[in-house]
Amino acid sequence: MPKHGQAAVVVENLVVRRGRLEVLHGLSCELPPGQVTGLLGPSGGGKTTLMRSIVGVQRVVSGRVTVLGEPAGSRDLRHRLGYVTQAPSIYGDATVLQNVSYFAQLAGASRARVAEVISQVGLDSHASALATRLSGGQASRASLACALVGDPELLVLDEPTVGLDPLLREDLWRLFHELSDAGHTLLVSSHVMDEARRCDRLLLLREGRLVADATPGELAERTGTDDLEQAFLRLIRAEEVA
Amino acid sequence: MNPRLGLATAHRCLRQLAHDRRTVALIVLVPPMLLFLLHALLNGNERIFNSIGLIMLGVFPFIIMFLVTSIAMLRERTSGTLERLLTTPIHRTDLLAGYGIAFGLMAALQAVIAVAVAYWLFDLTTAGSAGWVVGIAVLNAELGVALGLFASAFAATEFQAVQFMPLIVFPQLLSAGLFMPRDQMATWLRALSTAFPLTYAVEALQQVGAHADPTSTLWKDLAVVAGVLVVCIVLASLTLRRRTP
Repeated sequence: MPKHGQAAVVVENLVVRRGRLEVLHGLSCELPPGQVTGLLGPSGGGKTTLMRSIVGVQRVVSGRVTVLGEPAGSRDLRHRLGYVTQAPSIYGDATVLQNVSYFAQLAGASRARVAEVISQVGLDSHASALATRLSGGQASRASLACALVGDPELLVLDEPTVGLDPLLREDLWRLFHELSDAGHTLLVSSHVMDEARRCDRLLLLREGRLVADATPGELAERTGTDDLEQAFLRLIRAEEVA
Repeated sequence: MNPRLGLATAHRCLRQLAHDRRTVALIVLVPPMLLFLLHALLNGNERIFNSIGLIMLGVFPFIIMFLVTSIAMLRERTSGTLERLLTTPIHRTDLLAGYGIAFGLMAALQAVIAVAVAYWLFDLTTAGSAGWVVGIAVLNAELGVALGLFASAFAATEFQAVQFMPLIVFPQLLSAGLFMPRDQMATWLRALSTAFPLTYAVEALQQVGAHADPTSTLWKDLAVVAGVLVVCIVLASLTLRRRTP
């Protein structure tokens, strides 16, 4: 675990180009350890690109990304982080149990741990179902289980709650906070503003730039509204005027 | 490189195949069916069946494993599982080894059944032993696996991946000396066939057909096929980039 106070992730002047388009224009931010940081903003704003840069699969133009004290993408980090892509990246022609078992083997996790995470994401009754037969929400939870199984220090989750019913969403957010209470650092992207309220800290990313980096409370104070959707709108408008 | 992760990957690939019984049935049943067709077509002409049937036994696994692995790896690339795997402790060589083991085992199963059918049902006769034929078939299958893994990097869709098959297989098959003896080919065609690995696989099978004991030509052919196999695996591993644009 990173030392108290030391950021789990430090991004400095990150520039990323995908194709001809520059997606991130010199972005800098930090993720505090042991907290759930929400990454919010409209789609196409660079959320996924930032996440890919942090997990070390994005080719970057310039800038530096340091994860748990190591340069992003280091071999040593691969035991320490879990990444869930936006589309569920699991094997459709394998069962939930087989998918999670495979990622457990890669991470060196036990069989008991496999059963534990399947139950954490609420898929006990679907453990022997083929992944292709799962609903969208079930598949994304199976994908989450594959990342949780190695008990990583840093979890990078790209829109993990899309398509879930409110009850399941509630369960997952409770799980995220249990994990952060246990010292894990989470970066969770979403474009649903009501999820922002559940984060310890928020990063608002729009057109490749950070519009806000604050706690939900600070944001409410700065913008004079409790409604986070409104708060974001005011920030964006203020920026456009400036 | 971690053998445990390679084996875990092989196990996972086989479990995926186990859920796809129709594919397994096709892998196992298509070669005997084609042999039946060939045998019926030749209408008892044993000499021709002994030469073409024998070569078919080495060509089936090459084609089928090329197709299966190029699509399996393409799915891995397009579904996001490859990107995810590259953030885990698995090394790309473990991943390739896993594919090699899983599909090599499938190829061995396919070869044993096809060879058994050819020898027992259709009275294929070779001077060398059937064990050599199985061995060459499995080596060809691994060549197909390696080429398939490499080719998957150049296909964006399954439609494209499937069409790499005729592109990669047919020129090799046509110029391997089956349809026209190699020494009667135009110089450039002959040079082309010298560069194709399938030419050596076919020659190896012909050696087993004609000689009771392994000849030096057979060893040379096997060495060439194995060498190309290694080169293809290295090329395939270079296409598995951790960081992508």
